[in-house]
Amino acid sequence: MHDTSAQAVQHHAPTSFLRKHVFSLDHKVIGKQYYALALAAALIGMALSWIMRIHLGWANAAIPGLQTLSPNGAPGGVLTPEYYLQLMTMHGTIMVFFVLTTAPFAAFGNYFLPIQVGAEDMPFPRFNMMSFWVTFTAFLVLVSSFFLGDGPTLGGWTQYAPLNAIGSSAGPGQGLGVVLWMISIALFCIGQLLGSLNFISTTLDLRVKGMSLMRLPLSAWAWFITSCMGLTAFSVLMPACILVILDHVAGTSFFVPSGLVLNDQLVPHSGGSTLLWQHLFWFFGHPEVYIAIVPGIGIVSHILIANMRKPMLSQRVLIYCMGALAVLSYMVYGHHMFVSGMNPVSALAFSFPTLVITIPATITVLIWVFSLYGSRLRINSASLFALGFISMFVSGGVSGFFLAQPSIDIMLHATYFVVGHFHMVMGVAAMFGIFAGTYFWFPKMSGRMMNETLGKVHFWLSFVGTYCIFMPFHYLGLVGNIRRNSTFVFDYVQPLIPVHQLITVAALITGAAQLVFVYNLIHSRFWGKPAPDNPWEATSLEWSTATPPPWDNFGGKHPVVYHDPYQYGVQSSVGDYVMQASPEQVKTDHEEK
Amino acid sequence: MGKFFAITILVIAILSAIPIVMHTWEAPADISTHGHLIDEQMSETMAEAGISFLAAQLLLAFFIWQFSNRGTESKLKSFPGGAKALVIAALLVVGVEVLALGVFGVKAWADVYLTPPSASAMPIQVQAGQFAFYFRYPGPDGKFGAIHPERINEGSQEFFGLDKEHDVESRDDIVTAEMAIPVNKEIHLLMHAKDVGHSFFVRELRVQQDFVPGLDVSLHFTATKIGRYEIVCTQLCGLGHYNMKAYLDVLSNDDFNEWMKKEAAMQ
Amino acid sequence: MATTVHEPPRLDPRRLPNHGNGGGGNLVPADGDRRLALDYSPPPSSTAIWVVLFAISMMFAAFTSALVVRKGSSLDWRTFKLPSILFLNTLVLFASSVTLEVSRRRIAVFMGNLQAQVETPARWLYVTLCLGVLFVAGQYVAWSQLRAEGLYLATNPSSSFFYVLTVTHALHVLGGLGGLVYVIRKLGKASLRRSTLNATARYWHFMDLLWLYLLLLLWVKL
Repeated sequence: MHDTSAQAVQHHAPTSFLRKHVFSLDHKVIGKQYYALALAAALIGMALSWIMRIHLGWANAAIPGLQTLSPNGAPGGVLTPEYYLQLMTMHGTIMVFFVLTTAPFAAFGNYFLPIQVGAEDMPFPRFNMMSFWVTFTAFLVLVSSFFLGDGPTLGGWTQYAPLNAIGSSAGPGQGLGVVLWMISIALFCIGQLLGSLNFISTTLDLRVKGMSLMRLPLSAWAWFITSCMGLTAFSVLMPACILVILDHVAGTSFFVPSGLVLNDQLVPHSGGSTLLWQHLFWFFGHPEVYIAIVPGIGIVSHILIANMRKPMLSQRVLIYCMGALAVLSYMVYGHHMFVSGMNPVSALAFSFPTLVITIPATITVLIWVFSLYGSRLRINSASLFALGFISMFVSGGVSGFFLAQPSIDIMLHATYFVVGHFHMVMGVAAMFGIFAGTYFWFPKMSGRMMNETLGKVHFWLSFVGTYCIFMPFHYLGLVGNIRRNSTFVFDYVQPLIPVHQLITVAALITGAAQLVFVYNLIHSRFWGKPAPDNPWEATSLEWSTATPPPWDNFGGKHPVVYHDPYQYGVQSSVGDYVMQASPEQVKTDHEEK
Repeated sequence: MGKFFAITILVIAILSAIPIVMHTWEAPADISTHGHLIDEQMSETMAEAGISFLAAQLLLAFFIWQFSNRGTESKLKSFPGGAKALVIAALLVVGVEVLALGVFGVKAWADVYLTPPSASAMPIQVQAGQFAFYFRYPGPDGKFGAIHPERINEGSQEFFGLDKEHDVESRDDIVTAEMAIPVNKEIHLLMHAKDVGHSFFVRELRVQQDFVPGLDVSLHFTATKIGRYEIVCTQLCGLGHYNMKAYLDVLSNDDFNEWMKKEAAMQ
Repeated sequence: MATTVHEPPRLDPRRLPNHGNGGGGNLVPADGDRRLALDYSPPPSSTAIWVVLFAISMMFAAFTSALVVRKGSSLDWRTFKLPSILFLNTLVLFASSVTLEVSRRRIAVFMGNLQAQVETPARWLYVTLCLGVLFVAGQYVAWSQLRAEGLYLATNPSSSFFYVLTVTHALHVLGGLGGLVYVIRKLGKASLRRSTLNATARYWHFMDLLWLYLLLLLWVKL
């Protein structure tokens, strides 16, 4: 017998407060919980970046409040070198894991994937709830390292061996701090695997009548592809973290070779391989950054289409490009290791797929840009951030041309060029994807509109501000400014300090602009204008249900899908669009591809 | 607002390109024999990246300008050629471009990493440890004495853990805190990590290579200009990473011999 | 709950389900005939268990590559003889897969045909459960034997990997035992879905196959 009630474990709406708001099985609540987690993480990560930037511009600056947080780390409020590195490590870890993997994928995906396929919920709501609470626990474990032992680990979010495995003699935070980091990230991996489980089975098995795979909106495709990537990537990082924990607490030597001397003492481990960690980490690490960007690609495409009032030149090609990015992402990871001491022939082997991965990325950008041709582009906060995403993705992407080549990497590895590159694509483009998604979907999630004026202020300050911060990073890198330096003492970097000061000013202003966004979120949540069911005149299934959707998404009626997801530019009874779930048959104005 | 956005993109793109075009942000002059290939790759890549960057941003700006906030009565159009034309363009233009970069870049890489040092190269060992570089010259016997990790003691300045009593080769080894090399002489740099990962970077010499604990790696290069250059650590190695550097002196032959005599006397 | 908005059209057996939809991978034809799709649409637990098995495979692939690299990176690898009880444990695990298949067929008969008198449909599930517990106990004996020989987790990289691989596998077997208990309970309440039973069985058989792989790996490498 085939069981269709696998769609929802619960058969009636939850009633208790705990079940409704805390331990909820409803994917929409879980999505909002993930969003709140990502928001909190982003604010903490941003505050950390402010502290770092102030110190980089003014090495002796006394930062208020820091002495209380860590009297050892910041005596008199002035950052010690180790505390700078500890804050930097936490900034990277929090942002990459708890913001960029969480918001575009876990938050929006959990909320909207089931609705976009027409389902009542995900097939395993208890695993879904567990996925959030495990991720939340991971976050608590990570943040606890601020307050335990001698602080968080200082080895960067990449946690290279043997620094990550030797223990506290290697530096503050390298004992308990590393163990907590590893536990946190292992838990995070488990949480995301539980999430991927739900995403994949939702996409493949719960699509409603008429919803073929090719009729899925681009955001749904992006979440599906991302969850496949996560499956392969997180299940490799987790065992690597476990092996590091064993090196710490069980005396094993997976990553620590023999003959190391720290503080004139022989390190007791022997025989391990330091490059092994790099291979395991980057096998996860490179797909991870595509996990951070692919949902943004899907979300931005989805939003742009609604605001262009016409579909993309080819939906199919965009899907293939996202798939190509996902597959290629596993073949390129060695480009992080060109000068690591690995076999130089491997460097060439990794370099070619890295150059080839430019092609699907370029096709994606070209399709976006040339789909704008002939459109009726609407300008609002969501579309501004979506268009800004394209600009940022281009800027961040072209610096990849340089880093993909091992010979050029000799000059640019470990410089601010790399930092500029990944901040452009992750710290800005992916964030813009999150903002675009927020402005677009907030009405559906909360029943209220966000303030458009504040949204535009947020956009302008962010767009100009992030260019002012991160474009100069590339110039600094070209001159050889080394990253992860808490203070600039090398002779040749001295003349660059004024540039860092300007960047810091831009960073603080841009940071302040994000507070406008937070204010807008909170204010609109309670006092925003009530939103109609379909404020953007959009076509996908989430817009054919109530705002906000009822607990079972469609109020007991399963929609039937009659159309491709982006029927815009047609003449219908409701306007220039036909919703996916509408039985109305219309002729299109232009060719469908 | 759409048109204003288009202008903003244009302005930002142009402003971003200006520092590059004016050559105000570049690595210092190359003093190595292999570096010109790297610099050529860099220039070519910069040209291609720059053109791609400007073209994409300009097109984006242009289309936003043309098609934003048009009335609801305006006709929707589709780019002639459609997605197929774009895919072909991307494959041809970008594909060929990046693969060309890759292919031509192989020589620049191979010159550094896939060629062996010549037999007459001067061997120098560099050891990286928290948070300093130390250098060792083999002395007249041309051989390095063994490193005994258990004998390493920074307090007593025994940086390499040499056993001068039992190891004959280590007796004439010369350990220094600065690296000096003769100009126009190929150097074979043997890299040893004492504790955690570090990296060796000299901008002017166009070399950067990580130290790998447990694995001794090596580099070879030839410096062509006399001068004093900074060696900096580029692999996060702990709290003193920001401060970890040494100086490289490229000297004339005579000056170098003088220096060696002085250092040998100080052992 | 689920209300069809439109009546599905009459089923034409000659009609192929893949028209105009871009290929066989699509589960719901464009014309909306869901009944055809239902026959093809796997229950979510079937997809989910493949996802889980894939993730577990990737994890052990990571451990495998760590083992291979670690063995080759240094001269301190000391091989040792695998405790012979491991082979007995292998037989026990294999037997449990057999008994699981037996129980699956009995339950299928029980669930599909109310006329057939199948008493104690859960009996063979209990046998599988016992064999599974026996396997884990046998692994514990193997670990004790190694400890008696002075081979602990940190003694040598070879013993490190032995413990890491076998303990991780045993933990996953315990998870499978939990799944079996869940199936037994659901069967007792007459609310067991066939898809749940099949998914649990698939997981269990995978534990068996995984163990064979690990045994081979340890035998060849250790």
